[in-house]
Amino acid sequence: MGLESSKWAIIFLVCWLYKNVSCNSVEQKIYVELNNTVPCVRLLNATHQIGCQSSISGDTGVIHVLESEADLEWPLSKGPNPPYMVLLESSLFTRSIMMKMKNESNRVAGVAVVVPNTSPPEFSPHTTCPNENTGVYSDNYGPNLAHCNTTVWNPRGNGLSYEEFDFPVFSLKEDNETEFIKQCYLDHNRAVNGSAPQYPLCAMQLFSHMHAVTNTPTCMRRNDINFSINPEMVCDPLGDYNVWGSIRPYNDTVFGHKENESVVIAAARLDSRAFFWEVSTGAEGSVSGFVTLLAAAQALREVTHAAPPTRNILFAFFQGETFDYIGSSRMVYDMENGKFVIDLDNIHSVLEIGQVAVHSGTNLFLHSDPVSRRNNTVNDEVKNLVNNLQSSTAGLGFLLVEPNVSQPLPPSSLQRFLRAQPIPGIVLADHESAFNNRYYESFYDNAANLNLTYPSDLSPEEQLEFVTDTAKSLTDVATVVARALYKQAGGDESLVNTIKADPKIVTQMLYGFLVSSNNSWFQAVMAPELKNILKPSPPEYYVGVAMSSTPTRLVQYLLANLTGAATNLTQSQCQKPDELPNESRQMYSYLWVQGIVPPNSTERDSFCVRASVRLTKAVSPAFELGEYASKDYSTWTESRWKFIKARIFLVASRDLEMLTLGVGVAVLFTSLLVTYFISTKADVLFSSTREPASAAY
Amino acid sequence: MTASVFFGCTFIAFGPAIALFLFTIARDPLRVIFLIAGAFFWLCSLLLSSLVWFITVQISNKESSSQQKGLLIFGVVLSVLLQETCRFGYYKLLKKANEGLLMLSAEETMPISIRQLAYVSGLGFGFMSGAFSMVNILADSVGPGTIGIHGDSQHYFLSSAFMTMAIVLLHMFWGVVFFDSCEKQHWWSLAVVVISHLLVSCLTFQNPQYVGSLVPTYIIVFLLGLWAFFCSGGSLRNLKLCLTCKDKDFLLANHRPR
Repeated sequence: MGLESSKWAIIFLVCWLYKNVSCNSVEQKIYVELNNTVPCVRLLNATHQIGCQSSISGDTGVIHVLESEADLEWPLSKGPNPPYMVLLESSLFTRSIMMKMKNESNRVAGVAVVVPNTSPPEFSPHTTCPNENTGVYSDNYGPNLAHCNTTVWNPRGNGLSYEEFDFPVFSLKEDNETEFIKQCYLDHNRAVNGSAPQYPLCAMQLFSHMHAVTNTPTCMRRNDINFSINPEMVCDPLGDYNVWGSIRPYNDTVFGHKENESVVIAAARLDSRAFFWEVSTGAEGSVSGFVTLLAAAQALREVTHAAPPTRNILFAFFQGETFDYIGSSRMVYDMENGKFVIDLDNIHSVLEIGQVAVHSGTNLFLHSDPVSRRNNTVNDEVKNLVNNLQSSTAGLGFLLVEPNVSQPLPPSSLQRFLRAQPIPGIVLADHESAFNNRYYESFYDNAANLNLTYPSDLSPEEQLEFVTDTAKSLTDVATVVARALYKQAGGDESLVNTIKADPKIVTQMLYGFLVSSNNSWFQAVMAPELKNILKPSPPEYYVGVAMSSTPTRLVQYLLANLTGAATNLTQSQCQKPDELPNESRQMYSYLWVQGIVPPNSTERDSFCVRASVRLTKAVSPAFELGEYASKDYSTWTESRWKFIKARIFLVASRDLEMLTLGVGVAVLFTSLLVTYFISTKADVLFSSTREPASAAY
Repeated sequence: MTASVFFGCTFIAFGPAIALFLFTIARDPLRVIFLIAGAFFWLCSLLLSSLVWFITVQISNKESSSQQKGLLIFGVVLSVLLQETCRFGYYKLLKKANEGLLMLSAEETMPISIRQLAYVSGLGFGFMSGAFSMVNILADSVGPGTIGIHGDSQHYFLSSAFMTMAIVLLHMFWGVVFFDSCEKQHWWSLAVVVISHLLVSCLTFQNPQYVGSLVPTYIIVFLLGLWAFFCSGGSLRNLKLCLTCKDKDFLLANHRPR
């Protein structure tokens, strides 16, 4: 081992006397990598780009912990060492502060937001009027209702998610790393007595370079450039799969209009979003809705086998609704073009479950579209549906009320159906006009927002089984929905009161979707090859681009287990059921699920579930048609990137760096001069009269 | 830190070495060959000492920090001794090669004297030693950050560069003195070389008190430089002649064919 390598190794050793001396490196002494960060990424649509961008070699800035809005003038104007990396507490993550930083973005290198464990009083980065251009209301249809003229649905929305920032914005958790960052700031960056802080200063570097620019038509055009062997894609369309299931199965190969077929559609949405990439919990926004619908589907299973109703009931779970109704617009498009098992004329009515975070005793509201109700047929059918719903609440602790004012439908998948043709429909929601959800489409819309609390001394398995109050309330809603759907589908009136949703199933679903997806029940209903998507944390509800989102898979398998039948097929038969006389892959889907672990063994009791549950592609029709600038369909894409990381370190002053360079150049010149001098005079310098016979030089 | 620090430290650490190479070695291919061979011999000594280090670390108790420190001191001492042994081995090899070169060459006198070989081999040792010390550090100095977030001294890069410059010059001086004392069988001056090498290496245990390690090292550089100057045929008279530019008369008076 050489002399110098031992020198810095001993430095490291002295500093880390209490730890193992393993892989030492100068890099570890300079940089501290931040591991628990979430970036904000760039999304594009037909006309705009939103989100954040960093430069390709990262953005470096001196850390400044913002104390108040007035303190902003230090990074924006007064501070002597721009650019600054501003560290915000979540209470300061407001529109006014972010807009001020956006305007002075040559002095702001980036923003880091510390997301606490407790939620602020309210926060919604979404717009005030979600999906206003792709709903049903426009200048041709209910112009006075369009663009939230009558009701502003999300008044707390500050629109931050839809702004474009040209610096990176990362989120940090409240943990040891953030404490270290704040300590570094306090040690090095504080201005003492009004004078400028001394170098070296604590700085942060954020890398989140996005490849796509401008808008979707531009990035899709650049995707198609085929100059090299490895063409680089710059963006991908958002999308995933819709899940649908029905009481009576449909032949999956026969598309288009079905004669004499009348279907009641029960819909809910699966996805939500937040300001930062992929972090989205959507508890009130989406989970409450689809959990209710799953529970209602399970409640209807027995009675629809015993006394099948006249009309079919189709349960539809749409993905991508946050981004201009990707899933529902695709299903309507498929129905219009004869690519779905039914078409729009087969639809009798639609019941959609919106945000239903009900607390015991509060009422729920039935929203309908006033423009389509001007038609008497539609109006009568809507009134019939309202009646069915209201009569189903008998014996339960709340009422279903129609809003007083003639107001439009809230943002919902029903709007896309109405765009195609007037269909009677109701949206069930917990808000009369503006949303009650204080954290609509934000990272605070989590289990706490639904008041989902467990006693503190329970183990995870006990928490899974514990029936919370939230679960009881949602069970009542699911019972109402199931009864109303049965009546709407023309079922036997006398059996309606036997329909009851199971609170055990509801609470298990709430635990799995909002607390921890890796629990024993979810493991039992999932396929063996998919068990890796279950994690100890709740799943992410962002629709994403990979076509493999966890909630879709979970809902597919849950719907199959709750509405389908367990068969005694073997695993190989489950994969090829057509060989058996009574099974048909066209009518049903056959899923091999893990099953539970019996008490006295270690092997799972796997079995084959037969259910009429299917997945259909939920990618916007704009990408099928190639109309990337479409105004009718969603055109959202997500940019690609190479790597995303964050790190902190100290920076030295420019003067010291220039001094080092100066000294180096001086040393080089001096040594060149001296060496030249010595080498030209070498025969004089190194001659010696003591050795006259030595060799000549 | 940044590109300026990278270039600054490179020039500080390798400035004298580059200057020496450019003006004295680059023109003569034979000297280049012996330089590279010298660098290779230093690499061999590094390989051997790192092998021993690796084995001893694996069998040692990794938890005990005093044992690790003792192991480090042992590693340093062993490495110094191995380097000097390789220098001696190179000397023996060069002596043998010189006879062979004399037989092959057409001239009557040797194309390269043992004194020049001493200088070139010392510089080769210095180049390789400096490269191994400095290259990793230079690679990390290019990024935007500087050392210090865990509380270490900020002057790491600069002092590493100065230390490397000292080591390069020292290896050159040690080469000259070593070969000269081997020629003249002055074993005590050989021992002084080895002891000064050990001294400089052990001075680095003073880091991060960079003043404590750099100042004595540069004093040793100066002293050894003087000694090497006198060993290689210099004298105060020659120096005065050169500096007062009276060397032309001297040359005319003592003209010898080059």
